[in-house]
Amino acid sequence: MIIKTTSVSECKEHTITDENVYHQRRELIKKMGFLGAASLLSSPASAGILDIFGEEKTPEALFAQNNLSYAAEKGGFAEELTPEAKITSHNNFYEFGVEKQQPAALSQSFKVDPWQLKISGEVENPLTLGYDDLYSSFDLEERIYRLRCVEAWSMVVPWIGFSLAELVKKAKPTSRAKYLAFETLYDPVQMPGQRSRRLGGGIDYPYVEGLRIDEAMNPLALMSVGLYGKTLPPQNGAPIRLVVPWKYGFKSIKSVVGIKFVEKKPPTTWNLLAANEYGFYANVNPAVDHPRWSQASERRITTGGIFAQNRIPTLPFNGYGEQVADLYSGMNLRKYY
Amino acid sequence: MAITVSQKSIPYLKALVHLAALYPLLNLYYGAVTDQLGGDPVEAVIHFTGIGALNLVLISLLISPLAKRFKLSFLMRFRRMIGLYAFTYGLCHMLNFLFFEVQFDVRLFIEEVFERPYITVGMSAFLLLIALAVTSITKLRRKMKGRWQTLHNFTYLIALLAVIHFYWSVKSEIIEPLIYFAMYAALMGFRYKKLRGWKDKLFSR
Repeated sequence: MIIKTTSVSECKEHTITDENVYHQRRELIKKMGFLGAASLLSSPASAGILDIFGEEKTPEALFAQNNLSYAAEKGGFAEELTPEAKITSHNNFYEFGVEKQQPAALSQSFKVDPWQLKISGEVENPLTLGYDDLYSSFDLEERIYRLRCVEAWSMVVPWIGFSLAELVKKAKPTSRAKYLAFETLYDPVQMPGQRSRRLGGGIDYPYVEGLRIDEAMNPLALMSVGLYGKTLPPQNGAPIRLVVPWKYGFKSIKSVVGIKFVEKKPPTTWNLLAANEYGFYANVNPAVDHPRWSQASERRITTGGIFAQNRIPTLPFNGYGEQVADLYSGMNLRKYY
Repeated sequence: MAITVSQKSIPYLKALVHLAALYPLLNLYYGAVTDQLGGDPVEAVIHFTGIGALNLVLISLLISPLAKRFKLSFLMRFRRMIGLYAFTYGLCHMLNFLFFEVQFDVRLFIEEVFERPYITVGMSAFLLLIALAVTSITKLRRKMKGRWQTLHNFTYLIALLAVIHFYWSVKSEIIEPLIYFAMYAALMGFRYKKLRGWKDKLFSR
């Protein structure tokens, strides 16, 4: 399942490869469901010896994704895309389990229609976007972005969405609006991680995130509704999520139901959990290590098995310094990590 | 309720233990090389071998209490091989980190070992495990006499370091590490008299 994408024109021709990858993903998820979360053993009896916590159900049916119409990415993005099967099977989305394969295995029956994304707070034009509005209110475009996880792995993802700035303009923030406070759906019935502390990693739900308003207005900040030409699958944050490519992945909040414009800096989930490890800004920065691991380099997840791994240097602002460094001029990024 | 196992069946049981310990490992690397371990095979092999090593260390600590309590003396004949498999899994865990995570960047490897407390702790456990693995050879064991037992009591420390390493490595999901702490406490509880004896000896000096 090698997807070689050397030029951007090639990524547009995804229909045939997509189907193949899509079917392989089906297999992959089935296998993972059968084998269990951390357990890679084929018989449950021996799984008991080495992995006492491996237990998972096979998803009944895969979540249905729809094709999207959008303007394809124009720029010359030279890096190889991460295959769709990997983007959709390696996720940090603790609402559906803390292990990487759990979100794909435990989220396939997630309901996204009806959906309500409520924009409120310090705005002249509060609005609520329903499920269909997410795809029709703004022109959709493809953006190929690097995604750098705070755990020091990275992917290259062909997102589809619209600029957060467009949404901000539509809401018409008042002069008191200094920050945006984002919130993920809270629905313990559908999200097993919100029911169980063990599955959900001890986080206080709902997950919340925030941006300064000038960060939100930066053209790179994206509200994504799809990837690889289709609507988002639940494990990637269906139906709508934030993507801020110059920040660590945990800033890019998933399955958003609320964006509130506020005057004071809003609380953010990982900062609440461990303030010395995760700051509000969370800009990708190779010079400032996580207290427990180095951020100087990262493993890029592309195709292939264990021998096809690729360790590359991490770039300041994840390589988007030209577009975003001005936002932080004069700030001590060691202090405001 | 002493259960005795005939001399003849021991080799078969040992073969079974070898299979139970080796098959998951071979299966793991087969999956890792052929890209069947989900999005990130590196994380998968590191986690699997790490938790496997920890489980095997704890199993090795369960053997003598079980053998004593239920008079299952034949179990003692499996302790060394289980300990050696704990070492094998630990070795794989460490090599996975060196080969696949930092990808032979020896400087980064050394930096990580010394700068990150949880890796320092894990590496300490592994170094102690090497000493136990080497001295598991019968000839050395005989030569060491009483000191052998003293050295191998370090298993208690290794298990503790391994649990701390696990607890410290996770982002927020601490329930599993806490369960491991509880299991460790229970295993030490079985050795209450021995540990109290050490304490008394220490304070009577």
